[in-house]
Amino acid sequence: MIQDIDIADLKRITELIQAKYGYDFRNYAMSSFKRRMLRILELKNLTVESLIRKLNDSPTFINEFLDELTVNVTEMFRDPSFWRVMRDEIIPGILLNHKTFNIWHAGCSSGEEVLSMAILLREMGIHNDVSLYATDLDTTILEKAKMATYPAKNMELNEKNYIRFEGKWTLKDYCKEENGKVTFDKGLLANVTFRKHDLVTGDIFNKFDLILCRNVMIYFNQNLQNEVLKKFHESLFKYGYLAIGSKESLIWCDVANRFLVVNNEEKVYKKIKD
Amino acid sequence: MGRFNLNNSYKAIVIGGSAGSFQGITKILSQLPKTFPLPIIMCLHRLKHVRNGFVEALSIKSVFPVVEPYDKEQIKKGGVYLAPSNYHMSVELGNYFAMSTEEMMNNSRPAIDITLGTAAYVYRDKLIGILLSGANRDGGMGMKHIKDRGGLTIVQEPSECMIDTMPKAAMALTKIDHVLKVDEIVTLINELDKYYR
Repeated sequence: MIQDIDIADLKRITELIQAKYGYDFRNYAMSSFKRRMLRILELKNLTVESLIRKLNDSPTFINEFLDELTVNVTEMFRDPSFWRVMRDEIIPGILLNHKTFNIWHAGCSSGEEVLSMAILLREMGIHNDVSLYATDLDTTILEKAKMATYPAKNMELNEKNYIRFEGKWTLKDYCKEENGKVTFDKGLLANVTFRKHDLVTGDIFNKFDLILCRNVMIYFNQNLQNEVLKKFHESLFKYGYLAIGSKESLIWCDVANRFLVVNNEEKVYKKIKD
Repeated sequence: MGRFNLNNSYKAIVIGGSAGSFQGITKILSQLPKTFPLPIIMCLHRLKHVRNGFVEALSIKSVFPVVEPYDKEQIKKGGVYLAPSNYHMSVELGNYFAMSTEEMMNNSRPAIDITLGTAAYVYRDKLIGILLSGANRDGGMGMKHIKDRGGLTIVQEPSECMIDTMPKAAMALTKIDHVLKVDEIVTLINELDKYYR
């Protein structure tokens, strides 16, 4: 935070990216977006001018840029109480009416949440009955998510969360450690479709019984949150569920009255009106 | 009028603290004037995976209820806000909060530098920054941002701190307007309140 970047420069960069690559960052939340841009300038040792030149002249740079711009900090079983509610209330609720169903992890990043869900479903004995879709706009991170390989040092936190989730075994039972890295059982991802999708510009591509989008929309301003929530509403079957982050809320968005709060503490909503 | 030479131009108070700050914070919140007109925005280091309990503990003695705001929640006069666990909390132009789960900064999430730095950007010279006891250097850069943008900077008197690393880091980075004991910070806030009557 030592150097600063002014709003006019941020605007030049977002407009260039939109014109040249079709990604629209104009409605991202300002302060985190600014920190990400400053971080990129520092990491890549660039000035605003040289960054603009690079985005203009080097088409392959955009993937590297997106990978640093998007926030890819995540944990397995983040908010263990949320995952207990998924296992003990929400998924049993879906199973009352559907033997098979679909889940969308929107903004899946490096895949920790998808893996958490896969483990949860396996422990419920319904892993083969559920299709999972995991999307992100960052193709670099999607490749990492497919590998299901993580630094071993992350496992202490993941394991702690899993213990608080009160899972059946230990996370170690699901992965192998080698050279400071753990790789999870690929079978866990057998029913997962990974695909590139941008929540801002992307289309509705399927209908779901459950959508998880936790701590993704916090990077958007309220107008964009509102637009994305409309897409989620449209992408849900009637009586499907939407889960957002513990510090996110639906109350000020247009589709709020088409959802019912199922669990306010864990921020799980149910679509009750088309 | 009064010891601290204040005025009624301020729009917010932002407070950072870590190890050893709980008692000081509690004292400040318990002695706020009943009509205090400014929002108080707090970023305190806390256990990352304990979501509940802290805000309740702070609320017990506070004159105003302490809330952990939602992402994009409007900042209101007289609101007392605490950065939620495991999120960075920024102040945005337009006077609302934004949360993020970015990398830890100074080994911390929430990081005091982020809350203080973004508040300084939004409120400029209309901001009062207070940094209390703490065992790492988080908050020092934030205090520098507040000073650089014309705000008023206050740190807890190091000799009164359980751990003085945090206020001393700020004192090394920038000019601190007042080095005060918690009781004197209470006096300052009460004096400030009078300018808004």
